[in-house]
Amino acid sequence: MADTATKAGFTTEFYESLFEVADGENIKTCLQCADCSGVCPFGYLMDFPPGRMIAWMRAGILDEMLDTDSVWMCVSCYACTEVCPKNIPLTPGLMTRAKEELLLAGNIPAELQNALEFSQRYGNPLGESPRKRAAWAEDLDFDIPIMRKAKRPVDVLWFVGDYASYHPRVQETTKAFAKLLNKLGIDFGILGPEENSDGDSQRLAGERGLFEMLAEKNGKAFGKYEFGEIITTDPHAYNAIKNEYPKLGVEYPVRHYAEFLAEHIEELKPLLKGVGEKKITYHDPCYLGRANGIYDAPRALLEAIPDVEIVEMAHTKSTSLCCGGGGGGMWLDGFQWEKGEVRLSDWRVKEAVTAEAEVLAVACPYEPPRFEDSTKTVAGAEGIVVRDILELLIEAMK
Amino acid sequence: MPNIVALVKMVPDLVEELEINDSGTGLDRDWLRVIINEFDNHAVEQAIIIKERDGGEVTVIAPEAEGVEDMLFTTAAKGADRMVKLSHDDFEEGVNNHALARAFAEKAKEYQPDLILTGVQANDDLDGPVGPLVAEYLGMPYLGYICGVKIEDGKALVCKEYPGGLTAQMEVSLPAVLGIQAGEEPPRYVAISKVRQMMKTAEIDEHETDELDPDGGIAVNRMYLPEDAGRAEMIEGDEDEIAAKLIEIFKEVGAL
Repeated sequence: MADTATKAGFTTEFYESLFEVADGENIKTCLQCADCSGVCPFGYLMDFPPGRMIAWMRAGILDEMLDTDSVWMCVSCYACTEVCPKNIPLTPGLMTRAKEELLLAGNIPAELQNALEFSQRYGNPLGESPRKRAAWAEDLDFDIPIMRKAKRPVDVLWFVGDYASYHPRVQETTKAFAKLLNKLGIDFGILGPEENSDGDSQRLAGERGLFEMLAEKNGKAFGKYEFGEIITTDPHAYNAIKNEYPKLGVEYPVRHYAEFLAEHIEELKPLLKGVGEKKITYHDPCYLGRANGIYDAPRALLEAIPDVEIVEMAHTKSTSLCCGGGGGGMWLDGFQWEKGEVRLSDWRVKEAVTAEAEVLAVACPYEPPRFEDSTKTVAGAEGIVVRDILELLIEAMK
Repeated sequence: MPNIVALVKMVPDLVEELEINDSGTGLDRDWLRVIINEFDNHAVEQAIIIKERDGGEVTVIAPEAEGVEDMLFTTAAKGADRMVKLSHDDFEEGVNNHALARAFAEKAKEYQPDLILTGVQANDDLDGPVGPLVAEYLGMPYLGYICGVKIEDGKALVCKEYPGGLTAQMEVSLPAVLGIQAGEEPPRYVAISKVRQMMKTAEIDEHETDELDPDGGIAVNRMYLPEDAGRAEMIEGDEDEIAAKLIEIFKEVGAL
């Protein structure tokens, strides 16, 4: 907990630090319309949703926030930032800075602490062996080139990412992408054990120093090899490499697989036989959609599959609902449950039920395990299948 | 105000699979990843909790190992006042606990500690002798399996864990050595920016240990992974047949 010494002058220092974020000074123009707090999927559980934080800051008494912990409910989903009529960078500015201050004050949930320590020690938040980062590739019937061993330039450096590398469910998606790259004859390589967590969710969970450390390590690894561009299946890694690494001097062209494959769609189409007549709904991941404006490419890939019908959920594109995993949410499931006894993934899956979807398509490694869990508990969701677009494309080729 | 010394060592990190060295008597240290001993981490936390409550100074002493500086800077970022690294050519290869305890005791006494805290055990040495040996070499009392410490009137009131979920409150005169099972609070998180700040501003005292005396320790003849063996026999048949077969086996092995 923060002591009085660190609290003195906290509000002023905190307020001024917000101007350092791009468009940060917009915070001076806040209308107190409370759209941010209303649209926040966990706003009703927070002692300090964004709008109230600004009000208390203006009153000079925001230091009280340091003794509360509900800011950790923020899943950095950009919903508040998206609706703000004054374009205040609420997610990257206010909410992230608030978490940084809580973390510095030692006010941090134990679950999150583990993920941060693992990220520091092993380069991944799951606490898995760094040496086994490429172990997912072992049961494929073709080789995945690892840059250190391949010793040649490649067109595509595939940044695999944490959950895609280690999570048993998400490894299926990872293998699907490997198969697609192989089928398309793409010249690619991965970093294997030299890859570290992209660090973006750690940054948004308030651990900026850790983010910088991980970014430096990845920057060093990128610098050792020659490649045309970076492709990733992880929107969080995409966001980090595209928008945050350049601020640290690590600048490389990067695309999410949806953009990359959409460019190859004419080559893919003849290979796609179909997955049957299915109603598919697509969940826009926060860091592909709202944070980076990519809405069409994933839908174009799904539309390329013969005989499928695309249906939209109530919240779609820029109003999409977070799966609950962003901004540290992947490591705060127990904490979130204690606070609200709700899961955002349940809410989303209920929307898929209402849309009468048979398949819930996703494009982010955080989502398959979260949504699959929810299909087991949400009434009416028993028949819904959760698939990454990559898995659907491979299925459609069989 | 108590003068507290925490004795800390790095131990094998089980995130990677362990391998046996060529001579078959220890771990292959070439690929070994090390981590702060979990119980020592609790000892550091307990030391800092006491300092925050009762004042005093915390000195952390650790033998040389890969990553030991980062570990020490982390303890400083958490609130330790002094960091000491013991160096000797043999530390990286691993030394027995008698040698380690002598090295710890020799350095710790320089600080005239009121309290010496260390982990009650470590994953590379489950009989937990470091604390008791240090106490013996320094002529201090030792209490192990400690889960909380308060300083009162020049004495320490400690909580000690017993099997079966029992705890006891004990009083020990100072100076004393305590083997920490768990700190009053779990080890805290400290932001990397604070650790990096320490790396720039704080200094680690390096102390050359003259002699490592392993006398009194055990010698390892052979270290090996658990071996596979197929000794299970599946008994087939209906209940009577299985019962008859079991009786036959019990008689065979002399149990009946």
